Amino acid sequence: MNWGSWQNFLAMGGYGLYVWGSYVVTLVVLVAEIVALVSRRRGVIERLAKYYAARRRDHETEA
Amino acid sequence: MSKSGKFSWYYFSSPQSFYPLAGTLQPGFAALAVLLCAVGLYISFFVAPTDAQQGESYRIIFIHVPAAWMSMFLYLVMGFWSGVGLVLNTRLSSMVATALAPTGALFTFIALWTGALWGKPTWGTWWVWDARLTSELILLFLYIGFMALQAAIDDQRRADKAGAVLALVGVINIPIIYFSVKWWSTLHQGASVSMTGAPTMAKTMLLGMLIMALGFWMYSIAATLARVRCVILERERHTEWVAAEIGGQK
Repeated sequence: MNWGSWQNFLAMGGYGLYVWGSYVVTLVVLVAEIVALVSRRRGVIERLAKYYAARRRDHETEA
Repeated sequence: MSKSGKFSWYYFSSPQSFYPLAGTLQPGFAALAVLLCAVGLYISFFVAPTDAQQGESYRIIFIHVPAAWMSMFLYLVMGFWSGVGLVLNTRLSSMVATALAPTGALFTFIALWTGALWGKPTWGTWWVWDARLTSELILLFLYIGFMALQAAIDDQRRADKAGAVLALVGVINIPIIYFSVKWWSTLHQGASVSMTGAPTMAKTMLLGMLIMALGFWMYSIAATLARVRCVILERERHTEWVAAEIGGQK
């Protein structure tokens, strides 16, 4: 498949809106999931670190 | 592997031993996903020829069909692990089912979205209430319902059980989606790839579609493994090993 030019490639034979609308939204959705997963992992680690720190303080004040 | 050196599936059914395994395997699946999608996209845009009937609009097939396959396949996997968790009471099975749902829902959304963008130029409409489209929309609601139900119940074991029952009942929808184009007269075309007959599409089109499907599959595994690791940490936070794991992270 030889598109000849960038214009032709982006135009997709007149179906550019539909084809790129599909591919771009798919890419955005998958990237958003990856970002959400990375930030969820960071959040969990941060939250649990605070949780264990609080638990340790409680044990120390009890003792 | 158990301590005696003999391989055992039971060993990896414990969250504590699955957590590091998932962490080791995850980057490999992620790398495979990137590689397969890169090759798949190259074939989709630079190798596969223009379709005689649909022109270039058919190129949506390279994400539409793989996403639709994954939306159904991930639901079956989610139903399977839900069932195992329900019957055997294995916590990890329920965690895997929980981790699968968001990725499954996203692929369902992608299948519906790309379907609408393909429907407009080929059928003249974004949406019709035909059997295939409606049952796929129900699939999206099943995923969302599963996640909402699990999130709404505080007691984790009860949340897992309720979610599992919903997931298992919803499995009935999968054959309905798959065979909808045969059972009812629909606007949606029949299966592009069948297990029995010869494929009806050009070889390079089929190849691009299959490689994209493999890429989406590897992506799903990578995303699910990453998510199940978060779920394990959250749910097992009362254990010593998670405390040690978090201690090592900071």
